[in-house]
Amino acid sequence: MAFDISRRLALKGMMNGAAITVGVPLLDIFLDGNGVAMAATGAPVPVRFGTWFWGLGVNPSRWFPDNPGPGYDLKPELEVIKDHAHKINILGNFNVMLDGAPNLPHTSGGPAIRTGRALTAEGGLPGESFDVTIGDRIGTRTRFRSLETSASGDPRNSLSGRGGGNLNPSEGSAAGLYKRLFGTGFKDPNSADFTPDPEVMARRSVLSAVTDQRKALEGAVGAADRQKLDQYFTSVRQLENQLDVELTRPQPLQACLVPQPVADRAINAEIENVVANHALMTDLLVMALACDQTRVFNMMFNNGASSLTRIGSTITHHQLTHEEALDNRLGYQPEATYFLNRIFEAWTYFVAALDKVQEGDRTLLDNTLVFAHSETEFAKFHTIDNIPMMTAGSAGGRIKTGIYVDGLGTPISRVGLTLQQVMGVPIDKWGAKSMETGKSIGELVA
Amino acid sequence: MSPFRTVPLGIAAVTLVATLWLAGTASTSAPVHAEANGSPALLTDPQVVGMRRLTEAQYRNSIADIFGSDIRVAGRFEPIVRPAHQLIASGARSSAITPSGLEQFDAMAREIARQVFDEEHRAQFTACVPADPAGADASCAGRTLAPLGRLLFRRPLSEQELALYVRIAGEGAGPTRSFAKGLELALGAMLVSPLFLYVVETAQPDPVRPGVMRLDDNSRAARLSFMLWNSAPNAALLDAAAAGRLTDQPQLAATVRRMVASPRFEQGLRAFFSDMLLFEKFDELAKDPVIYPYFNQDVLQALPEQMLRTITTQLLDGDGDYRELFTTRKTWMNRALGALYRVPVSQSQGWVPYEFTAESDRSGLLGLAGFLAMYSHSGRSSPTLRGRAIRELLLCQPVPNPPGNVNFTAVQDTGNKAMPTARIRLDAHTTDPVCAGCHKITDPIGLPLERFDGIGGFRTFENEAAIDVSGEMDDTRFTGGDGLGKAIAASKDATLCVTSRALEYATGRPSEDGELIERLEGGFAAQGYRLRQLIETIASLPQTYEVPTESIKAGTTLVATRR
Repeated sequence: MAFDISRRLALKGMMNGAAITVGVPLLDIFLDGNGVAMAATGAPVPVRFGTWFWGLGVNPSRWFPDNPGPGYDLKPELEVIKDHAHKINILGNFNVMLDGAPNLPHTSGGPAIRTGRALTAEGGLPGESFDVTIGDRIGTRTRFRSLETSASGDPRNSLSGRGGGNLNPSEGSAAGLYKRLFGTGFKDPNSADFTPDPEVMARRSVLSAVTDQRKALEGAVGAADRQKLDQYFTSVRQLENQLDVELTRPQPLQACLVPQPVADRAINAEIENVVANHALMTDLLVMALACDQTRVFNMMFNNGASSLTRIGSTITHHQLTHEEALDNRLGYQPEATYFLNRIFEAWTYFVAALDKVQEGDRTLLDNTLVFAHSETEFAKFHTIDNIPMMTAGSAGGRIKTGIYVDGLGTPISRVGLTLQQVMGVPIDKWGAKSMETGKSIGELVA
Repeated sequence: MSPFRTVPLGIAAVTLVATLWLAGTASTSAPVHAEANGSPALLTDPQVVGMRRLTEAQYRNSIADIFGSDIRVAGRFEPIVRPAHQLIASGARSSAITPSGLEQFDAMAREIARQVFDEEHRAQFTACVPADPAGADASCAGRTLAPLGRLLFRRPLSEQELALYVRIAGEGAGPTRSFAKGLELALGAMLVSPLFLYVVETAQPDPVRPGVMRLDDNSRAARLSFMLWNSAPNAALLDAAAAGRLTDQPQLAATVRRMVASPRFEQGLRAFFSDMLLFEKFDELAKDPVIYPYFNQDVLQALPEQMLRTITTQLLDGDGDYRELFTTRKTWMNRALGALYRVPVSQSQGWVPYEFTAESDRSGLLGLAGFLAMYSHSGRSSPTLRGRAIRELLLCQPVPNPPGNVNFTAVQDTGNKAMPTARIRLDAHTTDPVCAGCHKITDPIGLPLERFDGIGGFRTFENEAAIDVSGEMDDTRFTGGDGLGKAIAASKDATLCVTSRALEYATGRPSEDGELIERLEGGFAAQGYRLRQLIETIASLPQTYEVPTESIKAGTTLVATRR
């Protein structure tokens, strides 16, 4: 097939792209989470939700279990989760349906999982990601509605947002994350003395004044700009809430231990560095949850078209998946798989870090629901059916664990629907076009 | 030193205007005040037709211009999502501010406000002596905040708005027992307001063409200033807006002429090319330290700067031909780049002009390491990435993505003895007809640059095999970087592309008007392809200020439209 790039096509190219309208649901309701479970002590323990993303999928035959159901078999690439497998579910055979939209390599899969919609062009999200929807439900009373982090740096490495040109930027520096969480404004819940900071009180009144402008502003703008203003004022409400939390004496939290400051360090995609950065960020995130600074998080280990490098390798993880020959004897690409092994070690570190923290007779992991996923099945061919996914933790006993769920080729949006329902979002169907579904995953719901 | 010498652009002038107004005089410079007549709306009559979020550079430049460059802006900026094949300038139109983004804006706002009203700076920005430095003074607060608000919101504050900020200052001054602290809080509130963080565009009916809406004077001031100087409009430009000079065609043209002739136009031109050439990608650029020991942070920082210096030297110093941007050998060097290019740099600090030799095969922008390294892999060059970037960024021809199920097995790693060069490896890959279609449009214009490795260093061999640098673009055959540069310089697509980008940059939306672009390109050609002229023409063009009907109905955000 030949491409004739004529001047006409060039002009057309300038006006490229289909008409895309990005509808962003308005958010005016600030619902408090119903997500409070009672621990054995009688003290309310919050339920948390988070995501953990890795780019470039898996070697399917070395990752997915053979047999659906509880007590699944562990393939070589998942062997590392062995000690925690009873708290982890594996999800396979759920499909991304694009309804004619292009399969944008390493880009289509992630947003489809998070929004239940097909992305039509690179850049942004085709709708609100469900971690945001869940955050609106359970994240409104904490200092941070949610925390986004990227162990490989780059604030644009994010799959969280309200749609369109709205992407929650990721914190790429562990030192920066520390300052945000435990620097100025942090109130140790276990500290004996508490005095509200007069400056915070003044800032609080400034924000009220900003909010006073809302009605007048919104009266003057068209619908598209009203959506932006709406999102802006949603953000203001969150900031007000953050200050309210800082002005309120916190409840003591047994599991909360304020971590040591983290020093500045290099931020890049070199694998050893990413692993170290991920571990530091994980430890901070775990304490952010234990100290109830947030109940929602998004951790990106690497990016979709993984730019992970390894000292001495000429090409990135991404290039390797495409260009490295399949080793006939091994049946997979050894250099690319090296990165996969490191990724699942990191995932195991993450799960173990949550599971180490005791909250009453459960662990922090038990009181959390972590959803882990990639953006492709087998990166070499950019396949987006059967994208590997996992959950860890039981959301305070709301979901069963230790199960391999075979989706039998049903829409991947069933996963998002189920997670939202488990976290208390009142919806009975979710997704768009072929990915619209009302069928949650019954096997998982406790 | 007199405090006035450090007063940034136009504060003094604007203070005078505000004083007149506060004294009850209906100043001609402040019509919005005069019309405010107690309506509850903060934004009175003009209809809001667009909100464009400030970019990081625009935010920083605004603060530096309004408060002085010694006021530090410390914080992380929420990135604006770039829509596919468009400019960030267009993405800014649909960019929202997330909770964590606002958290950062709030922290920056407080830090800026603290510095502005600290002991060292407050005298410079306070318009009067408060009755009591330890208490509220509404009159003095008003006189201080009105001119600052006008510069920050790029239009005069309405009565209600000013009253709001004066109230904040008063409420802050009481408990803190400090007039300055009150001002600090009020300024912090302005800096976190959507009226500052977004460039709010307002429109009025075009008196000449019934039914057509056009940007009003204040919005034109902001558009001109951000387009041409990448910063907030100064007091003089806001005065011109207040006097209605920017909706008057001859006076608008005269203003634009002065602005593009100003040294500040260089800042605007740099911003335009940083957007057009996707310079945000430099944030993520990484190279393998074992393969490229010369590549370090100093080199990384110098790469975009060298490109921008080459661009401004060619296009501004002597108003050179845009097409020669692809053939010029004139550039700039610093010590860090000297090692990469293997040329001696006499100065240990700073930049020196440099001219590549004819044998270097480095021809214009595409011969610079910034371009060559960006469109390479972390450990080797990529003719495909380079070819695609040339098509998409310089010729505005989007290249399709690889199909989802493509098999890359034919591309072997660089260590394969049987396929020592990229050309041989790609040939093997493109025997697959599915792949060949796209590679045919990228590779023949990327392969001529194969004498430059993954960070743009010169080489004649790859894996001990001689490198063939023959190439082809739209039926023209050539060799090497020189040949490629000449081919692009001769291509009408390149000049059409920069024309359409300049128009998109000005309006913040991709133009759908192909005839207008062709006409503008015709004028560009007639004037010897001088970009300063093209941008001047666009900035003076009535169509640049016309409001598309979709924005008025504004049911949805229009991101892109197929012609």
